[in-house]
Amino acid sequence: MIRIDSVTKRYPDGTVAVDRLSLEIPDRAITVLVGPSGCGKTTTLRMINRMVEPSEGTISIDGRDTRQQPVNTLRRSMGYVIQNAGLFQHRTIVDNIATVPRLLGWSKDRARARARELMERVGLDASLARRYPYQLSGGQQQRVGVARALASDPPVLLMDEPFSAVDPVVRKGLQDELLRIQDELGKTIVFVTHDIDEAVKLGTMVAVLRTGGRLAQFAPPAELLTNPADAFVEDFLGADRGIRRLSFFSSAGLELLTAPIVAVDASAEQIAARATEDVPYLLVTGLDGRPLGWSEPGALTAGQVDTGRLLPCGRPFAAGRDSLRAALDCAVLSPTGWAVAVDGEGRAAGVVSQAAIGEAIRGAHANDTTGTTGFAGAPDLAAVQKAAR
Amino acid sequence: MNRFFDIPSDLQHSWAGLIGLHLREALLPVLGGLVLALPLAQLCVRLRWLYPPVLWVTTVLYAIPSLAFFVVLIDYTGQTEVTVMIPLTVYTLVVLVPAIVDGVRSVPPETLAAAAAMGFGPVRRYAQVQLPIAVPAIIAGLRVATVSSISLVSVGTLIGNQGALGNLLHDATIYNRPELAWNAVLTMAVLAILADVLLVGVRVLLTPWMPSGTAGRGQGRGRKEAAAR
Ligand SMILES: Nc1ncnc2c1ncn2[C@@H]1O[C@H](COP(=O)(O)OP(=O)(O)OP(=O)(O)O)[C@@H](O)[C@H]1O
Ligand SMILES: [Mg+2]
Repeated sequence: MIRIDSVTKRYPDGTVAVDRLSLEIPDRAITVLVGPSGCGKTTTLRMINRMVEPSEGTISIDGRDTRQQPVNTLRRSMGYVIQNAGLFQHRTIVDNIATVPRLLGWSKDRARARARELMERVGLDASLARRYPYQLSGGQQQRVGVARALASDPPVLLMDEPFSAVDPVVRKGLQDELLRIQDELGKTIVFVTHDIDEAVKLGTMVAVLRTGGRLAQFAPPAELLTNPADAFVEDFLGADRGIRRLSFFSSAGLELLTAPIVAVDASAEQIAARATEDVPYLLVTGLDGRPLGWSEPGALTAGQVDTGRLLPCGRPFAAGRDSLRAALDCAVLSPTGWAVAVDGEGRAAGVVSQAAIGEAIRGAHANDTTGTTGFAGAPDLAAVQKAAR
Repeated sequence: MNRFFDIPSDLQHSWAGLIGLHLREALLPVLGGLVLALPLAQLCVRLRWLYPPVLWVTTVLYAIPSLAFFVVLIDYTGQTEVTVMIPLTVYTLVVLVPAIVDGVRSVPPETLAAAAAMGFGPVRRYAQVQLPIAVPAIIAGLRVATVSSISLVSVGTLIGNQGALGNLLHDATIYNRPELAWNAVLTMAVLAILADVLLVGVRVLLTPWMPSGTAGRGQGRGRKEAAAR
């Protein structure tokens, strides 16, 4: 565990970048430092590997003060990833990644073999190995940065806005990749960002810092969204925190209706039996059970439905695995106001109305306010969180 | 035409001999300048306040006419090649020091941060990161220094025929043989071009990591210095 104990950083010009900060950073999890520009995130991160020396307070790893070992030994035990990757422009990709193993005295061949292994792990094609950084896209360079930080298999990874210089699509890919790698490797990651969505998506714990380098709140993302400590945190979380918070509630509790589902080859009697008063639309599925689209009961021709005339059913949500946020999103986007749930194979598992989802949300909130941790209402939080990603 | 290469005997060298002499007198000072400039520039990078005065001193030294250097040096080193090469060495600093300082400073701060974070000590960082990345700027400086040194060797004529190919200029007037002057000027021009091409080749070999098209990066300063002359 990395323990930051009432650490203050005062720069020579008098700027107090970090003010009596205390944090306990859990092992094998992602801890995100988030806050507005200039609030001391980079300073905090750099104090962990002593690129910046604290003015007051101590930082210890597994109970050992970081000042007790030679600074370069400390740094080589921590991977460091920065914005724009900071690659060595004069070295090939494979040699960039092999840098720390080489510093640790590995032979060139062994270091390069390790580098190639890591290229695969971070999703870089082996054909890029002999290229130079300028021949890579920003997203690829960022992957190289991550691979380089992982090269000597350090227990700790420090990441300073690693994905903020790439476009949103690439960023999402990199975030998913990081979560996948983290699932496999279980590093202790300290991740700096100014993007609260990124913090909520990646963080097991999130530390919100305010300008002046003071800690505003340190909590799991779900609790942050539920119980912001003060107006600053609430503001920082943004206007739609209520919607985003739904990411942490499972859709498992939703009551799915199977009655309004008919197969594409349904007979006139079947259609008539399904078309009840409170179901204005029927969902038509293919012979394989996959949803095809919505239709008013009267518009269906028995025996063989004309699929070209169906209303689109949009993107369905995965029953139980997706969050209430995903379910609500499907319902809002659906032309009929009903969301379609599918099972693991993509077959229609049922449909649910906006009203029913609203009911479930109210129920979840009601459970929530009675809970003590702030998110007790969410069954199997970890699974939901993962699925919501 | 055969009188073109007919070198007067007072120069005690064939045409090829003069070329060898000329190259030695021109290139050794560039090498010496580089050896001096590297630590000097590194000092200027580490101690920021030192850079302006160093720049100022190299500029002032550059402004001293070589003749003035000769007057002082001749008491110590006599009418020798060394007397010619010392001022030439000093002159190269005005180009090389800023070229190296700019080159080393052009290393992006993220790259330096990454190096520090990976546990590079200052020496390693200089040798393995800063210097290699400064190579294009250093070679740009070397190109200007080399070409100007090749032309400046001629002033050695003033101290008893130590000007190598430049001596031909003097002989052209005393023997009234203008073709010798042509020979001197053309040969020096060809030498300068060849040396320049060679340095460009070295740059290309040393920097496979540079995007093609930005090959001229880092030359701005050297060119300006040369133009100012
Ligand atoms: N070397 C320095 N000398 C003086 N002040 C500094 C130095 N580095 C940072 N600061 C100041 O310390 C404060 C915190 O800086 P820091 O870089 O840690 O912020 P940050 O949270 O990482 O911001 P950003 O999101 O913009 O990267 C800022 O006010 C900054 O101006
Ligand atoms: Mg920062």
